[in-house]
Amino acid sequence: MERVEIVTEELGTEPDGTRKHTMMLNMGPQHPSTHGVLRVVLYLDGEKVKEAVPHIGYLHRGIEKLCEDITYQKCLPYTDRMDYLASICNNIGFILAVEKLLGIEDEIPERAKVAEVIMFELGRIESHLIGIGANAMDLGAMTAFLFCFKERERIYEILEMVCGARLTTSYPRVGGLPMDLPEDFSDTIRNFLRIFPKTLNEIDGLLTRNKIWIDRTKGVAVISKEQAVDLGITGPILRGSGVPYDVRKAVPYLDYENYEFDIPVANEGDAYARYLCRMEEMRQSLRIIEQALDNLPDGPYIADLPDIVLPEKELVYTKMESLIRHFVLVYNGFETPPGEIYHAVENPKGELGYYIVSDGTGKPYRMRVRGPSFVNLQALPDMVKGGFVSDVVAAIGSIDIVLGEVDR
Amino acid sequence: MTSPPDPVDQIRERISGYILSESTFRGEISFAVGVESIVECCSLLKNTLGFTYLVDVTVVDYLTVKFPRYEVVYLLHRFGENYEENLRIRLKVALEQDGPAIDSVTPVWSGANWLEREAYDMFGITFRGHPDPRRILMPEDYDQFPLRKDFDVRDRESSKRSFERALDEGLE
Repeated sequence: MERVEIVTEELGTEPDGTRKHTMMLNMGPQHPSTHGVLRVVLYLDGEKVKEAVPHIGYLHRGIEKLCEDITYQKCLPYTDRMDYLASICNNIGFILAVEKLLGIEDEIPERAKVAEVIMFELGRIESHLIGIGANAMDLGAMTAFLFCFKERERIYEILEMVCGARLTTSYPRVGGLPMDLPEDFSDTIRNFLRIFPKTLNEIDGLLTRNKIWIDRTKGVAVISKEQAVDLGITGPILRGSGVPYDVRKAVPYLDYENYEFDIPVANEGDAYARYLCRMEEMRQSLRIIEQALDNLPDGPYIADLPDIVLPEKELVYTKMESLIRHFVLVYNGFETPPGEIYHAVENPKGELGYYIVSDGTGKPYRMRVRGPSFVNLQALPDMVKGGFVSDVVAAIGSIDIVLGEVDR
Repeated sequence: MTSPPDPVDQIRERISGYILSESTFRGEISFAVGVESIVECCSLLKNTLGFTYLVDVTVVDYLTVKFPRYEVVYLLHRFGENYEENLRIRLKVALEQDGPAIDSVTPVWSGANWLEREAYDMFGITFRGHPDPRRILMPEDYDQFPLRKDFDVRDRESSKRSFERALDEGLE
């Protein structure tokens, strides 16, 4: 990726004497297939892409700066707004990072951990549905998109039932869950587990052997194994290029090492391989959810840590001590040990890492978010160089970016 | 029975010439490295010791907390044989307040490209030898570095100027 300084480049002369130039084409920031506000400047030779330069930053809100001025608990809603297609995964990642900083991982009740695994995998399915659906819609397969959205709605209903919000969940708390799981939690999820494979098979039937889909994605937007590792790409793109790296297996969190699941890997490194990886990952997520549901224990849902966890609402209204504690926790936050940690989770789109530097107060001194979409988007110029303009659409869709996370 | 050698010890031995100090917090190991030897150290880590995956490059501004002021942080990951080892280390480089500059590690990992651009954009750290040293998130003509601790959040002049210039360009 070198800096492109020339807008037009001489491409030789036609027989009749007219000179040929590359053409500059602005794709985005308002373009239906750029999934938000991504702008890609394409330098074209006819229909072939000679150079693609992504421009980002249109959705920059300075989340890292904002978090420096608020307590850890108040940072949580900001993490929703990064990868808003899987906000529950961002939330859990952030909570786990803070718990690691506090060194309270061992005090988290089992019920909270298992529930977080279930929610995390639901978030993964939700995000992959959009990833595949939007990619298919960009290439003209509207039906697959509608099937995906229908199923996503079911997941949103579960999220709404559990935490009251559909998109911006802000769900777990440092120490566990803010409230116990609803009574019909298990039944609803089991119902989902029964219905969802059927739809998954329908999506599979619509796309996997669809001639047009294969023509548009196979051999398109290829990235080799070496290139992918060198660029720091993670998630289904890396696994689609043949590297079986998954944070859940590599650096397990939430006791993922106790669950039985496979990491789908494909070797082609093209958009079709990524699609297959995502499909299989959803099936594996269902496996994980099923195992988690079987092992969902009763008992406390939040750790007994009065210095960190807010007291129960009823006690706040009736007991002076609880009211004071509530006040202190909301105003000053909890004390953290000075130090720095990096904690990563396997978000649907790749490795989401939080690097938190603490100076001992209730506010993060520095919070860095390593967003997977940001790093993955770097691969776009390499993927589309030499291909057709229409393949740029397939490439962006198959990287599955969320601009909220690219720009943060 | 002898226990297998600790991989961190092996790494420490190989790069001992570059390490200034080290620290461990919550099981994560960080090595402080001198600013002049960062590229050398990184290529050794990547080419000989197998740290093929650069997870992140970021900066922390310790305005009054620490001296020197800036710290560039590199997070490295080694997959190991058959992707089973998954070892992580952290390198830290301290940089002076005046004209902070460091050699770019893009020749070692091309993925450092955008990460370093963001570090420049947010903290004003110059990465020498970077192939594309432009701002990445903020407007190109913006003249502040927002994640610095002495950045005045209430000062809207810079963003206003950028916005007005963009408007003028749009009207032309």
